[in-house]
Amino acid sequence: MRKTSAGRSAAAACALLLAVTACGSDDGDRAAKAPEKLGKGEGKVNIIAWAGYAEDGSNDPDADWVHPFEKKTGCRVDTKVAGTSDEMVSLMKTGQYDTVSASGDATLRLIASGDAAPVNTELVPHYKDIFPGLKMRPFNSKDGRMYGIPHGRGANLLMYRTDKVSAAPDSWRAVFEDADAHSGHVTAYDSPIYIADAALYLMKTKPSLGIKDPYALDRGQLDAAVALLKKQHRAIGEYWSDYQKEITAFRSGDSVIGTTWQVIANLAQADKAPVKAVMPKEGATGWSDTWMVSTKAAHPNCAYKWLDWIVSPKVNAQVAEYFGEAPANAKACAETADPRHCAVYHADDESYYRRVHFWTTPIKQCLDGRENTTCTDYAQWTRAWTEIKG
Amino acid sequence: MRAPTARPAQDPGPAEGPPPRPAPSPGARPAPGPRAAARLRLAARLRLAALLGPPLLWLTLAYLGSLAVLLVSAFWTTDSFTSDVVRTWTTDNLHELLTTPVYRTIALRTVSIAIAVTLIDAVLALPMAFFMARVAGRRWRRPLLVAVLTPLWAGYLVKAYAWRVMLGHDGVLNRTLAPLGLHGPGYGTTAVVVVLAYLWLPYMILPVYAALERIPERTLEASADLGAGPWRTLRSIVLPAARPALLAGSVFTFSLSLGDYLTVQIVGGKTQLIGNVIASQVTLDLPMAAALSAVPVVLIVCYLAAVRRAGALDSL
Amino acid sequence: MRLSRTARIALGGVTAAGLAVVYAPLLLVLLNSVNSDRSFGWPPSGLTTRWWRAALHSEGVRQALLTSVRAGLAATAIALVLGTMAAFAVHRHRFFGRRTVSFLLVLPIALPGIVSGIALNAAFRTVLDPLGVGFGLFTVVVGHATFCVVVVFNNVGARLRRLSPSMTEASADLGARPWQTFRYVTFPAVRSALFAGGLLAFALSFDEIVVTTFTAGPGTTTLPVWIYENLARPHQAPVVNVVAAVLVALSVLPVYVAQRLSSDPAGGRL
Repeated sequence: MRKTSAGRSAAAACALLLAVTACGSDDGDRAAKAPEKLGKGEGKVNIIAWAGYAEDGSNDPDADWVHPFEKKTGCRVDTKVAGTSDEMVSLMKTGQYDTVSASGDATLRLIASGDAAPVNTELVPHYKDIFPGLKMRPFNSKDGRMYGIPHGRGANLLMYRTDKVSAAPDSWRAVFEDADAHSGHVTAYDSPIYIADAALYLMKTKPSLGIKDPYALDRGQLDAAVALLKKQHRAIGEYWSDYQKEITAFRSGDSVIGTTWQVIANLAQADKAPVKAVMPKEGATGWSDTWMVSTKAAHPNCAYKWLDWIVSPKVNAQVAEYFGEAPANAKACAETADPRHCAVYHADDESYYRRVHFWTTPIKQCLDGRENTTCTDYAQWTRAWTEIKG
Repeated sequence: MRAPTARPAQDPGPAEGPPPRPAPSPGARPAPGPRAAARLRLAARLRLAALLGPPLLWLTLAYLGSLAVLLVSAFWTTDSFTSDVVRTWTTDNLHELLTTPVYRTIALRTVSIAIAVTLIDAVLALPMAFFMARVAGRRWRRPLLVAVLTPLWAGYLVKAYAWRVMLGHDGVLNRTLAPLGLHGPGYGTTAVVVVLAYLWLPYMILPVYAALERIPERTLEASADLGAGPWRTLRSIVLPAARPALLAGSVFTFSLSLGDYLTVQIVGGKTQLIGNVIASQVTLDLPMAAALSAVPVVLIVCYLAAVRRAGALDSL
Repeated sequence: MRLSRTARIALGGVTAAGLAVVYAPLLLVLLNSVNSDRSFGWPPSGLTTRWWRAALHSEGVRQALLTSVRAGLAATAIALVLGTMAAFAVHRHRFFGRRTVSFLLVLPIALPGIVSGIALNAAFRTVLDPLGVGFGLFTVVVGHATFCVVVVFNNVGARLRRLSPSMTEASADLGARPWQTFRYVTFPAVRSALFAGGLLAFALSFDEIVVTTFTAGPGTTTLPVWIYENLARPHQAPVVNVVAAVLVALSVLPVYVAQRLSSDPAGGRL
């Protein structure tokens, strides 16, 4: 598995090289540089974050790691919460933000468009404690340079109502071929990136399709995934995008089986919903968030201070517990309020995360190393997703 | 000095106001000579320009300009990897919009939902507004109107989420209906219609109420005196008076439904409307989103043009 | 109109049922604000004042409320000026394209928020960026004012339509200067219409979410945006219910005052 992964990153690097050289003369202005050393803080930093990543205590007095940061560094934090990866990309394009907590389905786009700059990890002292499994991955690096600081990760698991689903499922088959058993009560994540879940299932069950990487699909492979999802659509009750929606749906029984995040399963169980979340035998897709710095950052020094702050063990632990994810900093596991947190989220379990195929932006150059084939890109996935939902 | 509250003897009706005055005329003074008249006309022109200039300038610069920029960008294209807009002229987006069957399905579904919402609101608003304006005692009118308008302040998202809780599988509605052997619609297209009709109902009641309230009592009495029964009076007097107001209300119910995408996300189950597709393309492929936007823009401009002929815009 | 008793009762019944449906979800919001179950499980598993206490101490709500009020007031002020001017132009003058003006003014509110939002976003980015002006409260106000103009225009226009021009003529005949006529005749006559229009404009701005999303800058969180962000967080959704419950209770006040002050029978137009 590790070998494939290395192969994939090499392929991705090649692909990116192709993509960038194809841009021709633009290339020159796009190659941004990482700073050699840091200066004084600018007194301000503008952040784009997922809800729960940059809490200042205004929503929950106990969750506040922004004010301590402001006090320590003198950098005032202005946060814009983004709802989707696409929103993050378009907000970054405005050039008004210094740093962003981008997921893997946004990072490559930001790197390629020249909106995200390489990061000098020397200037982020806590980088050395990041789990090795998150360093130099295809979704956060290019040409052997990191384009951000890993923040946390999670898998897209299979959740089901133990009282409504009689046999405990151990395969994604339950939401694909066997979805009709729960017709009208199956749920799926509402984003084109969910196509990768179908591709992953086909990769394991239909070897004849030749899928090597769920994010590298040629036209025929995409069509096969779309066909599978169209069939699934008939049994879908609703597609979910935010976790409140998902929790209420499982609570009320509108959804009885479908994809989930660990945190949703935990919260639903805390509300006494009879649910269970498992990693099916095919493995799973997942997400990994990276703090990236804008090439147009007006406050780069404060941005670097934020990067180091947010992955420092204590803060990383706080965020990971508040948001419900596996922290990126290995030392964070000693700092969590719940000592079992890292175990529950498999934070230090590299063998667990080797089964997770992290979200990556699909691009025309196949990420699995195929050279004579053109793969489908994210724009095509988006159109396909519209068609699947009909 | 207070505004004259007494209404003119012959109510001009909502559609046809009194003809606008050519200019704030000097009234009954002796007719001015031709040169003075020309000067007055010029002064009136200048005053008109001063009055109309700022709002039109604002509208053109802030809104129509933006809209034009958006619609022009429908003819551009996107770098598929970086999502950057590339300014090369192409009709690919429009071509794709018109030839892909799924967009037609979605557009048709959206329009059907908007029409259904409008009809439901009209059917509900008419008796409610009639009761409030003509049947309930004078003392009750104001509290009733307050009761109808207050929910407008409760927040669109909160109301939509409240409906999500109501319509859930184990939700309030199903638990209430269960003893009767019935169950609610669950999440889906029906839920979208119900919730949108709920959200926009006050926008329909308000203009209809204003129109019905304005019917002079003696017109209704005369109708009865001439031997017309309630149904006849309804057909010949009430409905014609309410018609422009119903159309005015429909501008809101129809167009607000046509562009909605948040309610659909909350109670729509797996339904997608044109607004959702635009929202999903916005950040990824702005030119395609712009092309998709043309669909509601064209539909609403046509709808507005149609109801304007019926005088509805004057009774908004 | 002479209606039979049955007809009156039937109409009353429809109205009562309609209002019951209108208020059922609001009642549910109120109930869920004391529901100890975070995900609004039904029936409530227990009652708690925890969410009310959390909301009371929430700095985010206060900030968002302040931002919303500021955006609403600024947008309403702009809408009052522009809407009144347009109403006077259309109802006191005759010119080519007079009817087109009301058509154009209604466009920003009739077109979907998402279309207006992305159009404004694209335009701001191309125009303001080179000037070094970023997105912020200012851009939100511009967006809101644009669709608020029409409600002021409609309210003032409706009043002017019924206000006999002979009043201003009489004023002029009695020797009043134009500004005196405006000060003592026209303004008092349209005052309540201005109030009703202003209030509705404020309400529209206060509840707007889609255009706001596309025009707000970093740190510009209006109340609906705060609600949207927090409904998606399981820890926060019940607190949102508290805020909504308070808003509903408080909103009776401005609506009622508007009804009392307004001499328009409907108390305002959309």
